[in-house]
Amino acid sequence: MKETQTIQKDSQNTQTTERVSGSEAIIKCLLAEGVDILYGYPGGAIMPVYDELYKYQDKIHHVLTRHEQGATHAAQGYARISGKVGVAIATSGPGATNLITGIADAQIDSTPMVCITGQVGSHLLGTDAFQETDIIGISTPVTKWNHQITKASQIPEVMAKAFYIAKSGRPGPVLVDITKDAQFEEFDFKYEKCTGIRSYVPVPKTDENSLKAAAELINTAKKPLIVWGQGVILGEAEAEFKAVIEKAGIPSAWTILGASALPTAHDLNVGMVGMHGNYAPNVLTNQCDVLIAVGMRFDDRVTGNLETYAKQAKVIHFEIDPAEVDKIIKTDVAVMGNSKETLAAILPLLKENKHAEWHQKFKDLYKIEYDKVIKGDLHPTKEGLTMGEVLKEINIQTKGDAAIVSDVGQHQMIACRYAEFNKTKSNITSGGLGTMGFALPAAIGAKMAAPDREVVAIIGDGGYQMTIQELGTIFQQKVPVKIVVLNNEFLGMVRQWQELFFDKRYASTEMVNPDFVAIAKGYYIDAKKVTTRTGLKAAVEEMIASDGPYFLEIRVEKEGNVFPMIPTGASVSDMRLE
Amino acid sequence: MSQENKLYTVSIYTENNIGLLNRISAIFQRRHINIESINSSVSEIENVTKWIMVVKLSEEQMKKIIGQIEKQVEVIKAYYHTEDETIYQETCLFKIKSDLLFNERQIQNIIKESNARIVTVNKAFFVIEKSGRKEEIDLLHRELTVFGIMQFTRSGRIAVTKDEMQISTMLKALQH
Repeated sequence: MKETQTIQKDSQNTQTTERVSGSEAIIKCLLAEGVDILYGYPGGAIMPVYDELYKYQDKIHHVLTRHEQGATHAAQGYARISGKVGVAIATSGPGATNLITGIADAQIDSTPMVCITGQVGSHLLGTDAFQETDIIGISTPVTKWNHQITKASQIPEVMAKAFYIAKSGRPGPVLVDITKDAQFEEFDFKYEKCTGIRSYVPVPKTDENSLKAAAELINTAKKPLIVWGQGVILGEAEAEFKAVIEKAGIPSAWTILGASALPTAHDLNVGMVGMHGNYAPNVLTNQCDVLIAVGMRFDDRVTGNLETYAKQAKVIHFEIDPAEVDKIIKTDVAVMGNSKETLAAILPLLKENKHAEWHQKFKDLYKIEYDKVIKGDLHPTKEGLTMGEVLKEINIQTKGDAAIVSDVGQHQMIACRYAEFNKTKSNITSGGLGTMGFALPAAIGAKMAAPDREVVAIIGDGGYQMTIQELGTIFQQKVPVKIVVLNNEFLGMVRQWQELFFDKRYASTEMVNPDFVAIAKGYYIDAKKVTTRTGLKAAVEEMIASDGPYFLEIRVEKEGNVFPMIPTGASVSDMRLE
Repeated sequence: MSQENKLYTVSIYTENNIGLLNRISAIFQRRHINIESINSSVSEIENVTKWIMVVKLSEEQMKKIIGQIEKQVEVIKAYYHTEDETIYQETCLFKIKSDLLFNERQIQNIIKESNARIVTVNKAFFVIEKSGRKEEIDLLHRELTVFGIMQFTRSGRIAVTKDEMQISTMLKALQH
């Protein structure tokens, strides 16, 4: 890489050089980037860096996870709750390939993360050496950027670039692969933060005319609907967003990753869009006259059948990534830029409005959803605990202040539908990739990044067993996360599809589970199991009151379904309530 | 926008870094699009690499893919052009047995008429080089096939656009 490619401001570059090894340089780079915690797993090709981590343990805390995948998800959880770059580190070969699921997850969910992998010595590259794998080749399609270092002198510039790329613009994962000889090699170290790369435009310029055109459409709209995504959270634009919707009086719905940017209880929050979202915002997507998308990307789980998606509406798209504009839905006005700036810029151009009649439509449809679905979920009268009533109890006892880390499947949809959020960055879940096994390690990272916050992991019995070994990390690090496993002894979401679309042929979805309480206790984690409605309140109370980590298994009804639902290929307005 | 598949010439200006070929080709591979030809070389700007790719797809797909290519950190700028918006050439080499050159008088005429050039001749074989458009090379290939070709190879398309690219100005603006 040539030095001309990156731009560095002289003001930060006053320190003199010092002679250090490549591995010590890596630690110094991490410290310069404000990293005080990283998640990883040692091995042969990364040992020189671990040796330095040993020397620097008072400045930088390394968390030994039980699998490298856990390290990436922990780094993701850390990043998602803090907005800072999460860091994961692993050795070459299997250590590196085990990072891939987490990297792919971070890529599709725009999570800032830097992964550092050791690599065999540069003289061994391409020789099929022990634990050699082409991690640059393997990680290319799932990283925002990656780079292999074979000389120690490249470390400062590449590390500076890695952090800059991971965090700027639309965030994403970066992988830096460092050969073992580069870790040993000594050189004159000097760190300069990266402030720009000539081939990379993190935030596109906002066109004044697009702001005017968007404001004009919004001001003349009779039935505007906002759908916001994670762009509001990543842009830290929560206040600007709230100001815009309040002034223009626009009902606003969220994608799964947008959840918590606006408090659940806010008057204009009309719920979640998408496959298992709320009835009103889905149905009314096909009745609004102006659809305003803010920092979201029209995922297929959001839009349902594109042929019938919001065809009647003019579409405005606030977006930071030019590749997202017109990718799925043809927009009438694209407002490019960082949501914090574009929303602030459009605010003075907007007229005050109420749209009371239009808003009433959302309330009417909510009433239908409440009677048909929500009431039965939250206040069930039949036997068998529902996932919904568990969420309701957690809401009550955490007062909506908890960060909810959910895994993937039925419990995730229920958690996103019913969790109440007062604070932003509180819904941590694998949205785009749908990675089972995400929640337990992600909860570790979230709790360590925000020790003052209550972090509750909601996990199914399937996903829990994909990364259950991270209980070891929780025990060793004494991370006071609250783990709730909603056990229905099924891979519930797949079973639901088998019931609805495959004539109840339950192929490989029934699970014969171990004694989860005994396993948690084996890791010296306080644990309890609840099987009846009468025991629920006290058990959740005990869990929340606990100072340390706590495991709560809740036996829920075996064949409960998540409704409403937009079946694959159906229109958002044909959402099924039962 | 047109859904009809057409040939497009893609011009990509990038940093000269290892691994970019993989990153760019993955964008096509993911969408199950075949790359008809690919060429990478230095460009008019120092330290900037220029890629020329030929792909067949709809304009709608093409636009989205350009967005994905430009999104890559080390890509400076990407463009797509139709056949009539570029000046393009390919080059090819034919290796043919030398005795044919003397026994088959027709070969000399073909070489002359096709504006091909003899690069080297020795006792065993001679090599013809031809630059031109795909159709011209196809024609020459058909004509020479009759006599027997020992080896044939052909380059990817290289192209310049009729319009200005303004990469230098862009790079200067970024470097302020």
